[in-house]
Amino acid sequence: MTTTIAERYDALIEPERVHGSLYTSPEIFADELEQIWYRTWVYVGHVSEIAQPNDYVRKTIGPQDVVMTRGADGEVHLLLNRCAHRGNLVCEADAGNSSSFRCPYHGWTYRNTGDLVGYPFPQGYGGRGKLDELGLGRVPRVAVYQGFVFGSFAPDGPSLAEHLGEAAGELDRLVRLSPQGEVEITAGFLKHRARANWKLLAENETDGYHPQFVHQSIFSVAESGIGALYGEKSTAVTRDLGGGHSENDLRPEFRRLAAPMGWFGTTEKKVPHYVAAMRERHGDAAEEILVEGAPHVMIFPNLFIAEIQLFTIQPLAADLTVQHVTAIGLKGAPEMNTRMLQQSIGSVGPAGLLLADDTEMYERNQAGVAELRPEWLDIRRGVGRESVDERGLTIGGATDETAMRGFWRHYKRLMTTDRVAAGTAAGTPR
Amino acid sequence: MNGQDIRRIEQFLYREARLADEHDYDGWESLWTDDGLYWVPAGGDDIDPTTRMSIVYDNRRRISTRIKQFHTGKRHTQIPASRLRRVVSNVEILGAEGAETTVEANFVLVESRERGKEIWAGRYTYRLREVDGELRMAYKKVALVDNARVVPTMSFLI
Ligand code: FES
Ligand SMILES: [Fe+2]
Repeated sequence: MTTTIAERYDALIEPERVHGSLYTSPEIFADELEQIWYRTWVYVGHVSEIAQPNDYVRKTIGPQDVVMTRGADGEVHLLLNRCAHRGNLVCEADAGNSSSFRCPYHGWTYRNTGDLVGYPFPQGYGGRGKLDELGLGRVPRVAVYQGFVFGSFAPDGPSLAEHLGEAAGELDRLVRLSPQGEVEITAGFLKHRARANWKLLAENETDGYHPQFVHQSIFSVAESGIGALYGEKSTAVTRDLGGGHSENDLRPEFRRLAAPMGWFGTTEKKVPHYVAAMRERHGDAAEEILVEGAPHVMIFPNLFIAEIQLFTIQPLAADLTVQHVTAIGLKGAPEMNTRMLQQSIGSVGPAGLLLADDTEMYERNQAGVAELRPEWLDIRRGVGRESVDERGLTIGGATDETAMRGFWRHYKRLMTTDRVAAGTAAGTPR
Repeated sequence: MNGQDIRRIEQFLYREARLADEHDYDGWESLWTDDGLYWVPAGGDDIDPTTRMSIVYDNRRRISTRIKQFHTGKRHTQIPASRLRRVVSNVEILGAEGAETTVEANFVLVESRERGKEIWAGRYTYRLREVDGELRMAYKKVALVDNARVVPTMSFLI
């Protein structure tokens, strides 16, 4: 071997361009599972999906089938859906309430914390309690921030707080929009298939250059202020939050317009109870919150919050990704929730007036990137006009590729440093 | 209406299918009543669309927006338009209430696009109403057999 793996990624990722094979190579995809999906913090689900003791819901970390459970004591666990005996799925239902899971194959039973509690005909094993070391696989680290549940397959490493870094503030901004300071994820998910690499989705989420073109058809027929937010004259900025996270910070535009609820394309008159509840909770601070609205943030590698919608990006192969999407609910704001749900249904998913066109772009991108020449994808837009804000973060214009450059910087670091040794717990053989 | 109208109802459903298959957007829109509701549930056939995500839940106004979007010529997922043909069958009249007749039918639809061929299938539920001597759709629900699974882009009229 003449080049190390690190040197290989160095050669594929430059500050202003990235190599097409990063989106198409099955080997690189397998490497990403190890270095990113089975190592860094990945968003799994929200505590409101398992609100009661013993609730569970099936989720995923990349291709892995994970059951998110709440124990009788209220604690959240992430279990792998694989019987310790012969590997059968132990949980078939999408969601439910149960203190245990019983494997249908030979009847081994597990507590919703993952512990093995029993197996039929125990004499075959010399009696009861002989297989104490067996249990369901567990995601070794589970952590919750503002109700958002993250898991990491790495037994140690940066904490969730360190991973989220500056992006944590965006989740704070989101929950502030609830008169009770909490969001709820209870509307169920649309599962939209994209025959494209997961990174095309992640990069697009805070790409402010495309909306004018990809979404022109809907901007032109529905009265929507979104287009102007991503124009040449917009005062919005794209911010590299570090750690691969990024946002389109639309607050400068909304502050300029100074209209409460303008961020949601409505007025306070249309949602009087919500506005009153917000003023009650937040006092003077309510005016700022009602004007600035919700974040538009991509949290590396798979959580995207687009104001009122939550997306989870699930990679399945180099050229296959599922977008799980739902409407965000604000606890204590039924008036808003009805509207946010109906707006979300119109926008996202397989038939969405907005997102179906994004997905069309991902798929065409994937097809194009597989062509041999030119080999590189260009991400230099706005390099010459970036600046550093008061928090020390890099910002670009509303339509600049600052977010993508931040994404790739972090990606390269994960793919080149502290490489996981072959054969880790969740590892795919290399 | 009564049982003798089954032929008339079938003719209406076949026409609706053809207009959708051939992307005759205006012809298709003209089949709706002024209060029409077009619904494609997700995650089950009988979810509550006021609290759960649907694939489509269009009131009459949003139906009209959807059609206008196609007409811009910039609805990228339909450029070029999907080649579509569907078979509508097992048509049953399930009841009548006031001026409305509830009709159900199965369908199988083949979609051909550059990305490949998709097969869509499910059950339609219609509420049809007589307006000025013509049948109109007041309600169309599309219960996809795949509605709880991963679904590719479905931006045509199903
Ligand atoms: S595989 Fe689960 S009990 Fe045998
Ligand atoms: Fe977009």
